Amino acid sequence: MTRDDAEQSPTMGTEKPEGPLGLLAELTYRCPLACAYCSNPIEIAAYRDELSTADWQRVVTEAADLGALQCHLSGGEPLLRRDLADIVATARDQGLYTNLVTSALGFTASRAAELHDAGLDHVQVSLQADEPTLSDRIAGTPSFDRKIAAARTVRELGWPLTLNVVLHRQNIDRVDQVLAAAEDLGADRIELANTQYYGWAWRNRTALLPSREQLAAAEVTVRAAKERLRGRMEIIYVVPDYYATYPKPCMGGWGARQLVVVPTGDAMPCLAAHELPLPRANVREASLRWIWEDSPMFSAFRGTDWMQDPCRSCSRREVDLGGCRCQAFALTGDATRTDPVCHLSPDHGLVESAVEAANEARGSRTDLPLVARPHA
Amino acid sequence: MTTTVDADAVPRLGRGVRMRHDTSRDRHVLLLPETVVVLNDTGTAILELCDGTRTVADIVAALRERYGDVPEEQVHAYLGRLVERRHVEMTK
Repeated sequence: MTRDDAEQSPTMGTEKPEGPLGLLAELTYRCPLACAYCSNPIEIAAYRDELSTADWQRVVTEAADLGALQCHLSGGEPLLRRDLADIVATARDQGLYTNLVTSALGFTASRAAELHDAGLDHVQVSLQADEPTLSDRIAGTPSFDRKIAAARTVRELGWPLTLNVVLHRQNIDRVDQVLAAAEDLGADRIELANTQYYGWAWRNRTALLPSREQLAAAEVTVRAAKERLRGRMEIIYVVPDYYATYPKPCMGGWGARQLVVVPTGDAMPCLAAHELPLPRANVREASLRWIWEDSPMFSAFRGTDWMQDPCRSCSRREVDLGGCRCQAFALTGDATRTDPVCHLSPDHGLVESAVEAANEARGSRTDLPLVARPHA
Repeated sequence: MTTTVDADAVPRLGRGVRMRHDTSRDRHVLLLPETVVVLNDTGTAILELCDGTRTVADIVAALRERYGDVPEEQVHAYLGRLVERRHVEMTK
């Protein structure tokens, strides 16, 4: 969620910030898959005390009151919440566009019908590859066939279908086949998202970071497919920021557009912010309005006042907003530093050395062992 | 490349696209997966008429009734762009 809504800029100064556009509700971190690039926190076991149905319904309602227009239901695997349809129904009552982000495991015909009746607007199904052997190895569990069946169910019920494929060293060479599979399934959109190195992906970075050569080949394929499929299937390609010159304007700015609530009720501006040294803000203890407008968690990196050089004096400071705070913290231990993927960052060597390692030491190996995330 | 729009075609919102008034910001928006498209008054007026029953010609006529002189080619160009982005689909 870093690339849309370009029309809107974050509110500065002492006025109340404009409300969020979207609520990302991470309903549970339990998951039947064990993907090694999962963005969930390493300490998944600490998130078992999940919010109740009534809590989530209140969060959704408060988010809509703040101005949110969309509600992304994610996880973990949100279908593991038996009350998912109740939460969807509340979000729809509030006028929110509801988006289910799912592995598709548990997306049975009866469950699909229940969600359809509740008014769910859109379904995004993850695929790990275009064929079962690789897909199941990356997912850590036999799942490919059920994903394909679920994708067909989505289309049969008249929903728009988005496929999401996280790209990395072990599957990026198959982008062409992945696109063909998406076409075959009648997908409306496919997101080809290069791995971002947080959570489990950070731990598995050596086995996941692709080589320059792999990326160049994938980009040629994607460019040709965009041209060929224009007007039929939308292709969103999320560039790998380790290979970029400038950082991404993460989340469209800290506390500017998106509001994330995790299974235990902590609210954060970004889904990777669990480990930042900021006071927690929890929906069990405070209103969403206070959290969004006044909490230290959301105020810390709003606007540009928090920046150090080189960001502070950079002409691009309103363009990329300093990049990603979570990445700066993960790589340097200081969340106020320039995102090290920026070539102007004094810490850029940390990224360069990871990139060099991905292009040299491991040769052409694309099957290095992965550390699987636990299911719960 | 621009998509040509047939005057007899019948436009409606694309699959999974919803239009609503964003009350807290007092504007109309299209809601899509992962995206919010902010509409101006002209866009809102055109899209409110894309109901799956009116033809493009009917829409131009309705806009002329309401606003006087409305250039047909501008409505066609606007709808063509939306069709290309799949925010609107033609049913015939």
